[in-house]
Amino acid sequence: MSTDSRTAIFAAIRANRPNIQPPLPDVPLFDTDAPADLVPSFVTMLEKMGGSVLEAKNSDPVAALRAAITDKGIIATCVPELHGDPSLQIRTIRPDMTPTSLADVEIGVVRAAFGVAETGSVCLTDDELIVNTAGFLPQHLIVLLDPKQIVANLHHAYNRPEMRDHNYAVFQTGPSATADIEGVLIHGAQGVRSLRVLFCPATAQ
Amino acid sequence: MRVGLFVPCYVDAFHPEVGQATLELLERFGVEVDYPFDQTCCGQPMTNTGCHEESRATEELFVRNFSGYDYIVGPSGSCVNHVRHNFDAPEQTDDVRQVRARTYELVEFLHDILKVDAFPWAEFPHKVTLHNNCNALRGLNIASMTELREKQYSKPCDLLEKVKGLELVTITRPDECCGFGGTFSVFEEAVSARMGQDKARDQSRSGAEYVTSSDSSCLMHQEGCAKRLHLPTKYIHISQILNGARA
Amino acid sequence: MTEQRKPETPAGRTSEGAPASLTHGAGASITMPARGPEPQPRGAVIRGNHPIDQAEAAKRFMAAPDHLAMHDQRLWDLRQKRDRQKDQIEEWEDLRQLASDIKTHTLTHLDTYLEMFEKNAKANGVHVHWAKDAADHNAIVLDILRSKNATRLIKSKSMLTEECGFREYAAEHGIEVVETDLGERIQQLDDEAPSHVVVPAVHKLRTDVAAVFAKTMGTDPNDSDVIHLAAHQRNHTRPLILSADAGMTGCNYAVAETGSVVVCTNEGNADLSANTTGLHIVSAGIEKIIPRLEDAAVFVRMLSRSALGSPITQYTSHFRGPRKGGEMHIIFVDNGRTDRLGLEKFWTSLKCIRCGACMNTCPVFRRSGGLSYGATYAGPIGLIIDPTFNRHKYSTLPFSSTMNGSCTNVCPVKINIHEQIAGWRQVLAENHEIPAFKKSMMKAAGMLLASPRLYRASLPLADSALRHLPRFIVYNRMNTWTRGREMPHVPKETFHQWYKKNRGRNGKKS
Repeated sequence: MSTDSRTAIFAAIRANRPNIQPPLPDVPLFDTDAPADLVPSFVTMLEKMGGSVLEAKNSDPVAALRAAITDKGIIATCVPELHGDPSLQIRTIRPDMTPTSLADVEIGVVRAAFGVAETGSVCLTDDELIVNTAGFLPQHLIVLLDPKQIVANLHHAYNRPEMRDHNYAVFQTGPSATADIEGVLIHGAQGVRSLRVLFCPATAQ
Repeated sequence: MRVGLFVPCYVDAFHPEVGQATLELLERFGVEVDYPFDQTCCGQPMTNTGCHEESRATEELFVRNFSGYDYIVGPSGSCVNHVRHNFDAPEQTDDVRQVRARTYELVEFLHDILKVDAFPWAEFPHKVTLHNNCNALRGLNIASMTELREKQYSKPCDLLEKVKGLELVTITRPDECCGFGGTFSVFEEAVSARMGQDKARDQSRSGAEYVTSSDSSCLMHQEGCAKRLHLPTKYIHISQILNGARA
Repeated sequence: MTEQRKPETPAGRTSEGAPASLTHGAGASITMPARGPEPQPRGAVIRGNHPIDQAEAAKRFMAAPDHLAMHDQRLWDLRQKRDRQKDQIEEWEDLRQLASDIKTHTLTHLDTYLEMFEKNAKANGVHVHWAKDAADHNAIVLDILRSKNATRLIKSKSMLTEECGFREYAAEHGIEVVETDLGERIQQLDDEAPSHVVVPAVHKLRTDVAAVFAKTMGTDPNDSDVIHLAAHQRNHTRPLILSADAGMTGCNYAVAETGSVVVCTNEGNADLSANTTGLHIVSAGIEKIIPRLEDAAVFVRMLSRSALGSPITQYTSHFRGPRKGGEMHIIFVDNGRTDRLGLEKFWTSLKCIRCGACMNTCPVFRRSGGLSYGATYAGPIGLIIDPTFNRHKYSTLPFSSTMNGSCTNVCPVKINIHEQIAGWRQVLAENHEIPAFKKSMMKAAGMLLASPRLYRASLPLADSALRHLPRFIVYNRMNTWTRGREMPHVPKETFHQWYKKNRGRNGKKS
C-alpha cells in the first residue's frame, strides 16, 4: 500500500509541479544589531515569556540551586552540580528509567545546551535530559545555563551542532502555557508549571 | 492635459454631488475635463462575482469611452482598482493597456500627478475621520497599511491636512473593512451589515462629526448602517471637502 | 496517578488575565469581561454534498451577542499582538519574502526534498510511510498501532489528522484517542471540529467549556473559572497520558537535510506525545518539507508571531529519530496536495504554514465563527483550499469574503489569498458552481451595462426614485439591503442628468 502510494505521489508531483526554477535564497543571520552581552536581553525575553531567573547570591549557583530545592518534595536531577540523595528525596536520572517514572517529580533540574537571546528560549537535548520526559513531566523545572552559551537569535540557534546531532532537541521558552479558553493565560497546561534559569558555567561542579 | 471624468454607477445614481465636486475640483486646477456620455460601469459587479466573461462587453465599452485621454480620473478607489488590476476580460490591446495605466483614483491623481499643495477655497471646521476603501488601500496603496512593516504615509491625509479648520481623528480599527464588498453587501447581507454597524459605532465613538472617504460605495453602506443605529455621524466624500464644502 | 494538588495560580497573577508584562503564548493582552452563559451557536448545517450555507451559520453566530463579542475581541487582540511583534522586528518584511521564496523553491522541487528527507530519516532509524489519501493515512496508522498492540493514543494537535477524519476512524477501530491540547480536548469532548487552526475552541465561552466538562468529566457546571477548568483538564488527562501506548504529533516543518521534524506547541503536547510512550507517529502533509535547518529559523521566527503575537511557542521541538528504546514513524500524506500543486492559479496556497493570522484578521471570520464554514479549514485560507477537496460542497465559500486583502498582508509566506479568492470565484462561475440565479443576474447585468441606452433606461425616474438599489444588484426576489441598513437618500437627478442639463455642450460622446 505504502510503496504504491509512494510511487503515485512522486509521479503526481513530477507531473504537476510548476515548471519554474526559483532559487533557494540564502538566509542572513540578521545579527547586526545584536549586543555584545546577550545575557540582559535573554533575561528580558525569558521573563516576558513567563520564565524567571533563579538568582545566585555570592556568585554561588550551586548554593542557590540547593536552596531552591530543599524541602520541595521529589527532585530529579540530570546535572553533575546536583547529586542524587535519597535522604533528601533527590533522584539522579539514569538512562534505564522509564519515561513515566518521572511523573511524581516536583522539580526537575536539567542543563541547557544553549540559550537564545531573541526569545529567551533554552535548548534541551536528549543528551542533557538523559530521559526526555525530564523536561516536561516534573511540575517545575530549573534549567542550568552557561551564560557564555547564549546565541543572539534563532538563526544562530539553528546553526548550532546540537540541532544536527540529537534525536530530540527542544527550544523551551518559559513554562508550558495555554490560553485556549477566552485567552486567559494559564501556566502549566500539560508540561511544567514554572521554569527558572540558573546561570551556571558548565565547568562548575 | 485632457482628463476623462469617470463617474462610477453608484456615484451617478446616488451621489451626483460627488461627481459634480470631482469635476469642479479638477477644473479649479486648470484641467480640461470631459465627461464621456456613454459611460456606464467598470464591470466590477460581474467580475466580483466570478463572471469575467459577463463583464467583457462592459469593460470594452469602458475602453471605448475613455481611450485617448491623458488621464482618466474617478472618485472611487474600488472601481479604479478594478480597471487597473482586474480588467482582464478584454483582449489586452494597446488601447486597453493604455486606459488601464492611465486610470487614476481622485486622491492619487491630486497627490501624485497634480501634486496639489493647497486648497485655498476649502474650509471644513469639523472633526473628521477618514475611511480608506480596501481596494484603494491594499490595491492602489493610497496609504500605508497596518499589517505591513512600512513607513507610514497617507495620501488622503496629506490632502485633508491642507483644509482649513479640519481636525482629523482616528478610530480603533482604521484599516478594518466596513463590509460593503460589492455584491457581498447583498448576497451576504447579515455579515455585511454587522461589519458596517461595527464600523459606524467605532466612528461614532471617535467623536468624529463626519466620516470622509475617497469611495462613495463604502460611505453609502456605512451611512445606511449608522442611520439604522440612529447615530448622528455624517458622511461626505473627500472631493466635496476638498472642493470647498463647509458641511 | 491523579494529582492531589489544588489548582494553582502562577506567581504574579491575579485570578484572571495575565499581567500586561506577559505577552507570551496565546494569552490575551486585554482583560476579557465575564460573559455568558448563553447557548453556544453551532456551526454550518451539513447536508451531504450540498453547498455549505456559510451565511446562514454566520447569522446564527451573530445572533449570540456574547459569543460574537468575545470571538471578535479575542481574535482582534491576537491581530494587535501580531502587529506589535511585527513592529519589533526590523527585518519583518524580509523574513516574509524569504519564507515565501523558500516555500516557492521547495514546492517546485518537492520530489527532490522529499527523497532527501526520506533517505536521511531512514538513516536516523525513522520509518517513512506514504499515504495518497486520508483512508491510506488512517489505515497506515492503525497498522502501526496494531503491530504494537496499542489501544490508547495520545495526540498533539494536528490539522492533517482532522482533515483525514482520523479521530472518528480510530474510534471505530477500537483505538482510544486522547487529545492533549486543551482547546483540542475541549472540542473532542464536545464532539465538535476545531473552529480555528491555532485556537481550536476560540468560539466557546468559558461557560460553554464548563458545560462540556460537567457533562464529560463530572465537574461543577456552574464553575466557569478558567483556571479551574484548565486544572480539571490537566488532572483528568494526565493519568491517560501516563498510561498511553502510543503518541502522535503533527509536523510543522520536515527538514530535508537532517530528516528531522519540527513541531511547535505552547503546552508541550508534542514532547509529551512523542516521548512518553515508546512509539511516536508523525502525520505530515507533503508540503511541510523545507530544505535546511537555516530555513526552519525563518519559519519559527514568523509562526507564533503571526499566529498569536508571541515571539515563539513555549515549545519548539525537534525530533530527528526515535528516543532511546523507542520507535518513530512518519507518514507523508498527499490527500489532494499534488492535485493542488498542478493548479496554476492556486498552487501557492501550499506555502501555508497554518498560522491562522488570516483568520484573526478576517472581519468575516471574526463575526461568523470558524465552524460556519463547515470545512476543516476555515477563514481566508480555507476559502482557497477547501474547494480543492470538494468543488461542489465548498463552492459557496469563496463568496464569504469582501476580498479586502488584509489576509494577504498578514500572511507570513505571502500567499495572495484575496486574489486567489477572486480566482476561485471565476473558476466556480465558469464551471457552473454558482447558483443559477446569480449567474443569470450577472449575465443580465453584463448586457445592460454594455449598452448605454439600455442602462440609462433601466435607471428609475427620480420620483419613483430608486426605492431599491439599481436592479442589476437586486435582481433577485428579496432586497436584502435594508435588513441591517437604511437605503441611501435619493437625489432628484443623476449625475448624468445634471451634466446634460448644465454642461451638455462640453459633453463627449464616444
